[in-house]
Amino acid sequence: MRRDLIDAVNAERAARRAVLTVTDLATGNQRLVREAEIGRDPIAELLERAIRSGKSGIVEGPEGESFVNVYLPPVRIVLIGAVHISQALAPIARLAGYDVEIIDPRTAFATPERFSGFELHAEWPDVVLRTRPLDAYTAIALITHDPKIDDGPLIEALKSGCFYIGALGSRKTHARRLERLKEAGIADHLTSRIDAPIGADIGAASPGEIAVAIMASIIEAFRKRKMFAERRGEQAGE
Amino acid sequence: MMTDTNGASPDEGSGLELDVLALAGRWSAGGRRLALATVVETWGSAPRPTGSHLIIDDEGRFEGSVSGGCVEGAVIAEALDVIETGSPKMLDFGVADETAWRVGLSCGGRIRVYVEPVLR
Repeated sequence: MRRDLIDAVNAERAARRAVLTVTDLATGNQRLVREAEIGRDPIAELLERAIRSGKSGIVEGPEGESFVNVYLPPVRIVLIGAVHISQALAPIARLAGYDVEIIDPRTAFATPERFSGFELHAEWPDVVLRTRPLDAYTAIALITHDPKIDDGPLIEALKSGCFYIGALGSRKTHARRLERLKEAGIADHLTSRIDAPIGADIGAASPGEIAVAIMASIIEAFRKRKMFAERRGEQAGE
Repeated sequence: MMTDTNGASPDEGSGLELDVLALAGRWSAGGRRLALATVVETWGSAPRPTGSHLIIDDEGRFEGSVSGGCVEGAVIAEALDVIETGSPKMLDFGVADETAWRVGLSCGGRIRVYVEPVLR
């Protein structure tokens, strides 16, 4: 691979955009195809399928066998709430290989001592998300239990198509949340994406257990690639 | 592979695994001669998915993986040859392929690995 191709792939991923490389296996010729350029490519349909599934592989095009490598941006997890669950979830997410950041405007919670070694923002979510916007390669968990803090980033997540959106609270709490979202004009098909009560249904009770349940749901959402279908407004395929 | 990211600085690894291609860019920019190995096809139970990278420099230093450690030794040996000749190679590894390769995949899978020079 040429250096300029490697640098271009790295630049696209750093800008949080997906990119593909196509290698002609007979000649060794290579080209880079950015997410936005797929439609103009001679094997557009095959590339579209590859980026949607997120899976690399050999494809048979009109010019013979090519290897298509799909490079997705790094996946990150945003935790709204520097609470006890987040203290357990941050190291679990890191162990599983995901980037993680914690946002909470309540400075009593968002202290470096409680989240040593993690990216922590003691600010309102809208301030942080202005410079680091949510996207399809981001999972978000809303766990402050305070609508004043949770609702803003929740609406932002629904609009920007985060691949996972989980919100802490009982069924009753969630019903009230749905009412608020409806009043804010958010469509039902969007709010139905919210994972609530949050996390895999394993009877989690302690903060550490709830953290494991949330992580399981995030991994499932990412590995089953629901985000690619939903981004295009299709039914999530299994 | 996943455990390799533990303790890596944010610069070295990001996302779901060590960012091998980012490292390749830095190694190449630093003047090292490199080969890039990529899993292009798998059959049966393969330890690393298609698209996985291993980079190797001309002194045999490497990062990343194309298997669970089963065939990396053979890939690195071939990579040194690719760096010298500048021509890409396709390598096939399977569990029953002991005449062609002394190494194989104990899991019973088969993989094809494309090894190419990094051209500056």
